[in-house]
This record gives sequence, C-alpha cells and structure tokens, in this order.
Amino acid sequence: MDNLSIWTYSVVGLTFTLYIGIAIWARAATTAEFYVAGKGIHPVANGMATGADWMSAASFISMAGLIAFNGYGASVFLMGWTGGYVLLALLLAPYLRKFGKFTVPEFIGDRYYSQAARIVAVICLILASITYVIGQMKGIGVAFSRFLETSYDTGLYIGMGIVFFYAVLGGMKGITYTQIAQYCVLILAYTVPAIFISMNLTGNPLPQLGLGSEYIQNGVASGMSLLDKLDQVIIDLGFKEYTTQTMGNTLNMFAYTLSLMIGTAGLPHVIIRFFTVPRVADARYSAGWALVFIAILYTTAPAVGAMARLNLMDTIQIGPIGTETGNLKYEDRPDWFKKWETTGLLEFEDKNGDGRIQYYNDKNEGFAAQAASYGWKGNEMVKVDRDIMVLANPEIANLPDWVIALVVAGGLAAALSTAAGLLLAISSAVSHDLLKGVFKPNISEKAELNASRVSMAGAIVVAGLLGLHPPGFAAGTVAIAFGLAASSIFPALMLGIFDKRMNNTGAIWGMASGITVTLLYVFQHKGFLFIPGTEFMMGMDPNWFFGISPNAFGAVGAVINFAVALTVSRLTAEPPESIQALVEDVRVPRGSGAAPHLSAALDH
Amino acid sequence: MTPENRTAYWKANLRLLAILLVIWFIVSYGFGILLAPTLNSISLGGYPLGFWFAQQGSIYVFLVLIFVYAHRMNKLDKEFEVDEQ
Repeated sequence: MDNLSIWTYSVVGLTFTLYIGIAIWARAATTAEFYVAGKGIHPVANGMATGADWMSAASFISMAGLIAFNGYGASVFLMGWTGGYVLLALLLAPYLRKFGKFTVPEFIGDRYYSQAARIVAVICLILASITYVIGQMKGIGVAFSRFLETSYDTGLYIGMGIVFFYAVLGGMKGITYTQIAQYCVLILAYTVPAIFISMNLTGNPLPQLGLGSEYIQNGVASGMSLLDKLDQVIIDLGFKEYTTQTMGNTLNMFAYTLSLMIGTAGLPHVIIRFFTVPRVADARYSAGWALVFIAILYTTAPAVGAMARLNLMDTIQIGPIGTETGNLKYEDRPDWFKKWETTGLLEFEDKNGDGRIQYYNDKNEGFAAQAASYGWKGNEMVKVDRDIMVLANPEIANLPDWVIALVVAGGLAAALSTAAGLLLAISSAVSHDLLKGVFKPNISEKAELNASRVSMAGAIVVAGLLGLHPPGFAAGTVAIAFGLAASSIFPALMLGIFDKRMNNTGAIWGMASGITVTLLYVFQHKGFLFIPGTEFMMGMDPNWFFGISPNAFGAVGAVINFAVALTVSRLTAEPPESIQALVEDVRVPRGSGAAPHLSAALDH
Repeated sequence: MTPENRTAYWKANLRLLAILLVIWFIVSYGFGILLAPTLNSISLGGYPLGFWFAQQGSIYVFLVLIFVYAHRMNKLDKEFEVDEQ
C-alpha cells in the first residue's frame, strides 16, 4: 500500500469510528439531558444537522465538477439549492411546526381530510426519493471506485452493501450529534483543499475572494484576474467562455433554478427537521441557520470548480498551444490520472498517434481548422466524468496526502448520510403511511419493522441498478428528484396553508397532474423508469418544450399543479368548517404543542 | 384573539412575505439570470457583477432575508400577542 492509501483508510476509518462512537454516547445520555421530552433541538444545532442531511453527493462530489465544466451555467444549482431555503422558511417551516405532525403525508392526509390525498402524497414522495437515491448511488460509486481502485460498477456494488448496512443500523441517523460530526468532517474536507488551492493560485486564503483575485502563475503575478485567465485559457482551446456560458436558453436557466428552489421546499427529509425544533419562532430561525452552514460550502464551490478547471487545463496543456511540446506526453501523465483511468471514469484515446494528450473542444467548428493545422485529430480526453472533479481536485493540485484522504472521507459522509436519510423516509412512507396508515391498520410493530426493512432493501437495489447507467451526473439526477418534489408536494403544502378554500379534490388532482406531466417529460428524454433504451422522443426535438430540459421541468409541473388545484377546488365543494378552522389555527404560533423527538418522528 | 385581529396579523405577515420575496426574486432571477449579461460589464472584486450575483451574491442575500423574516415575524407575534409564551 502506498502512503495515500494508508492515509485514506485511516481517515475514513477514524471518521466512521467517530460517528458510531457519538451515536453510542448520545444514546446512553438520552434520558439524562439531551432529549427531555418536548425540549427539542436548539436551532443552531438543528441547522448544522440539517446541513449534513441536506448536502449530499450532489452538493459535495458532483456540483463543483458541473460548475467546472458549465461555468456560469451551473449557477442554477448554486441559486436553486440555497434559494429554496427562503421559500421553506417563509412559506412552510413555521406553519408545519405549528401543525405538529410527524410526516409530510400525515399533514397532507389531515389537511385534505382524505386517505386518497395521503396515498398520492406517499407515491410522489417515494418517486422523488428513489430518484434522489439514484443520484447518491452514482456519487457513492465514484467515491468507492477511486478509494478502492476498482471499476465504477464494482465500486457501486460495494457502496450498495455499505449503504444498506448503514441505513439499517438506522437509529444512528436520528441522533443529531452524529450529524453535527458529519457536518464538521464534510465542511473541513471541502474547505481545506479549497483554501490550499486558492492560496496557490491567488495568494488569497478565502476561496470566495480568491476566485475574483489576481492569478499568480509560478509565483509571479500575471496581471489578470483568475476568472479572466480561465476564460482566456479555455477559449484558446475552443471551449465556451467560462463566465458567460449558459445551460440552454435563458428560460431553461430560469426554470431550472425555480425547479430546484421549490423542490428544496418540498423534500420530506428536509421538512421533517422543522417539525422537531422547540417552538414556531425557532422553526423560522432554524431554516436561516441551516442556510448559514450550507452557504459555507455553496459559496466555496464556485472557486473549487473554476480552480479545478484551470489546474486541469494547465496539467495537460503544459506549453503554448500548437507547439509540439505544448501537450503533456501520455507516458508522463500523473498518478491521479492513472488511478481514475482504472475506474473507467476518465478515458484517453491517442487519436493522432503522437503519444501526447490533446484536450480541446472538437465540436467547435470555428476552432477546427486551427486544430487541424496543429495535426490534432480530435479531443483525446474522450471521457472526463464531471463527478470525479472534486475528488481528483486535491491530487491535481498536488496537495498533501492527508488532504486527499480527508476529501474522500467527506464525500462518503455526505453521500451516506443523505442516502440513509432518504431510505428512512422511503421505508417509513411505505411501512407507516401506506401499510399501517391505510391498508393494514392492525399490523403488528414487528411486521411494520420488517416491512420497512424490506422496502429499504428494495429501494437500494432499484436505485443501485439504475445507478449503473444513471440518467445523468449525480447533481443532474438529483435535480430530477427535486423537479418531482416541486411538481407534487410543494404546491399541496403551500396551498394547504395559504389557501383556506383549497379542498381534497383540488389537491389530489393538482399533485397527480403535476407529477404525471413532469414524469412523462423526464421519461421521454431519459427512458421509461430511467431504463436506458426506452426513450420515446417520437421525432420530437430534445427539450422541445420551449427549450426547457427534463432536469428543469419540475417548474412547469409545479405551475400545472397550482393551476389544476386552484381550478378544480373552485368547482367543487369547499372544505368542512373544521378544516378551515385548522388552517386559521396553523397560521398563528400561539398554542403550539411540544416538539416531537426526531428519532420518534423517523421511527414513526 | 378577535377575528379582526387575526386578519390584521395575517395581512401584516403577507405584506412582509411579499416584500422579502420580491427581493428574493430580484437578486436571483433578476440580477443572476435575466440581467446578468448587462451587469457583467461592471466588475466587483474581480468578478463580473452578473456572474457574482449568480454564484455568490444571491446566496448572501438569501441568508439576510431569512434572518430579517424571523426577526420581524417574532416581533409581529408579540405585537399581536400570538407568540408562544
């Protein structure tokens, strides 16, 4: 074993021991101080734990890679996954806390006085959560394949086993202190390499400022800002300008951001955290604190992405473009390059047979003549999976082994904690909301527990197998999950609070139509149930709906949901007096009950 | 609490929401997306301004919005005597 492997095994092992140790310690102390019934969790602690719950493989492993290659276009992830907290804090959190129930389907079932509404909500929740887990599986597969130096597929199978073990251990998830530890590991792992790299490239230790600072090349100030330098380097190789390239048209950027924002406010594993703060007033601050801890990563990510891209280009394009020695010799490629080749996520093909690596945009017709004149016969980095960038970043920048090991541990913490949380949400939806709540009210506790284990295993297998050929990069797949939540759950929750006249029929039709339209559009592009080869474009252009991509379509689904719900509700009977009184009551904080214990909420 | 009081409280809440959500919209969808190409001609700390709003600025504003909301609402609760004792 080389030095790096020893470091990686040690750091990953140490962090896992820490999480389990805290879980055991906190359990022992339960009755004593932490969970005096109804006391709940302090908003700052709750915010940090929410941050760990929230930031998954999509945020940690995938997002900066997408920023690196999409530049300004990837802003949709940055704004979408933070701006949603504003909606959550202003439109949902305090009211759901006042309502004082455990799960999202329970709220929908009670507010819309209907088992049918509850079932529809459960189905939407399961669809969104499983899609979300597919994205996590992609990230876990990437992390394990690199960590164990195997192929991506093998990494994914091993990851599935570990996720199952981790999620079934279960109870551990509910302990806020474990999540606080996970947050600390995750944020250190993300910011430490970013600070190192920012220091190297700009001399400014704060990545948020470094990204705009002057670029320092080999110790000499270059006289231009890092962003300008990056723009220049990639334009010279035929790529689009970093600071202005978009993802699709302006409408797509708009819809993508909106879909992620309202999806954020509709995802059950985040909402559940606001049920457990002590008071309504705390629920408002809790969302703010969660965003503080999330923003530390999200404002660092743009620097990580841009600097990784610049370092990657500099590694391969070592001299002036077009000169013979300007490109790195394949046999001189660094270690990290070889290791990622093992995983199959990075591929090189010597198209012009010169033994050197040419990395440029061969789709750019304006650049083609110039490339041909250099004797280049196409881009030779035939595969650069975006999801490897964050993990490869510290190696590309030649950072010490312990930093690289820390990043692997952070990525695993992010992916495992979120996957486990989602699997618990899925299994409790099946066993509690569907089985006990609707079909078999007399089910024994043991049978309920077994059903939850079986549904958890089932979800892992389904998500894992679909993760072999995921419908996109981790963050893109997760974006689809947000679209599904946006088109179904969020409108039903918001209307349930802000529209007293909203009735059961309206809500059910709204949810059903919103998620159906969104799913159809997504499946049309990505394959039925995401199975490759089952796309049904039927001669239509990709993104035929005004250029909106399937990942961004949740915004359209949400608009349909709102429109259908409002129309149908006005054509049918108004909700009973008692429900209208309930809505009035939810709107004022006074009289809120004691907070339920989070693990009680999760077991529930 | 009288029904008039209840309505007034809810109206004040909605007014606050409207103001904050307009700002939320302007910094992200406005400055970050629709107006970004125009704003990019201005530079802020080495960043083109539109790019900065999309990747940094909007996030800082979101944070401020939530804390302002929490602070104002908790005050409003006391004014209308609907806070949790």
